[in-house]
Amino acid sequence: TQELSDQTIWMLAVRDARDRAAFGRLFDHFAPRLKAMIMRSGMAADQAEDVVQDVMLTVWRKAGMFDPARAQVSAWIYQIARNRQIDVIRRETRPVPEELSQETSCEPAADQALALEQEAAQLRAALAELPEAQRTMVEQAYLGDLTHGEIRVNTGLPLGTIKSRIRLALEKLRHDLKELRAQ
Amino acid sequence: MNTVAHQIPSDILAAYAAGQLPHPYALVVAAHVSMCDAARAEVEGYQMLGGTMMEAEGPVDVSATMRDAIFAQLDAPAPVEPEYKAQGPIPAPIMAALKGKAPKWRGVGLGAKQALVHKSDAGTVRLLHIPAGQAMPDHGHAGLEMTMVLQGAFYDGEDRFGVGDVEIADEEIDHTPIAAGGEPCICLAATDAPLRFNSRLPRLLQPILGI
Ligand SMILES: [Zn+2]
Ligand SMILES: [Zn+2]
Repeated sequence: TQELSDQTIWMLAVRDARDRAAFGRLFDHFAPRLKAMIMRSGMAADQAEDVVQDVMLTVWRKAGMFDPARAQVSAWIYQIARNRQIDVIRRETRPVPEELSQETSCEPAADQALALEQEAAQLRAALAELPEAQRTMVEQAYLGDLTHGEIRVNTGLPLGTIKSRIRLALEKLRHDLKELRAQ
Repeated sequence: MNTVAHQIPSDILAAYAAGQLPHPYALVVAAHVSMCDAARAEVEGYQMLGGTMMEAEGPVDVSATMRDAIFAQLDAPAPVEPEYKAQGPIPAPIMAALKGKAPKWRGVGLGAKQALVHKSDAGTVRLLHIPAGQAMPDHGHAGLEMTMVLQGAFYDGEDRFGVGDVEIADEEIDHTPIAAGGEPCICLAATDAPLRFNSRLPRLLQPILGI
């Protein structure tokens, strides 16, 4: 049973029809989760809500950039949120790669979107099987604090901490992810 | 760590996707991903992981006033953000860091030039322009250095680095990269600590050049 997730359908309705009800559903699903992620960096609830507001407005305004063949809605919003968090916490604009121009692929976009949906389900299953300690490490790395202070102070070598902190978890995940992408 | 990498290692790409990479290196990664489909696909994989983790977070109540405030703003015109495109060999994220202006090249001797892209507590990013066949100053590193080729190529010992290739060097590496023949080599170099130069002249110049 392969079909697009609710989130993808809502996002496409926002992108293609500027559908406010669909945007409301996206808000109700993602805003509380974004707020939880943002508060992990030690931000107070009020300020976290300001960030959530900026992120969700960006989702509405940049909906035209959303491409379900390249990214899950959650991954796309996650990036927007991390960018915004870095802007606020570090007071610097996060460098982002040049956007791909809408490429023509031999595989129809709809099939690619469905394949991505399936990958995401497998990724969720792989995450669920991760031992608790490793899962916590991945959580810390992907959802946690964004100040570079912590990364630099511990070892003096900025990448040293990142490496030891998430290497184990990533090795397993990378392996799973590669297999998914190879399928 | 003592790596010579032509590709950016996975842990650095993952740290970038998670927002955990210090700014100078994030600039190099963003520049590389702009030019390399394999790195883009890998970063997208990690973003998917981040998105999945975010979606699994226990939801926290949000205020109804915030929801209303957002809906009230949906029709407001979006702020116009400048868009930067690659210019010649200089990738879009570097043009963004330069705010769209051409790099300010300064001679550093023997026909070599450099231009500062970014400088902060987190480190320094600069563009290097080295005439074909010429060596970069011999130096060691106090921290980590990432160098990506934007035009031409350079040799470091046995290894040749061409456009898009990235060399990663740390304390343990004392090296003298040499620009290949042909066109001048233009590189993007990020460091988190001042380089230690081994010959007297560059060391004297270091405070002046700010590297
Ligand atoms: Zn690459
Ligand atoms: Zn070096």
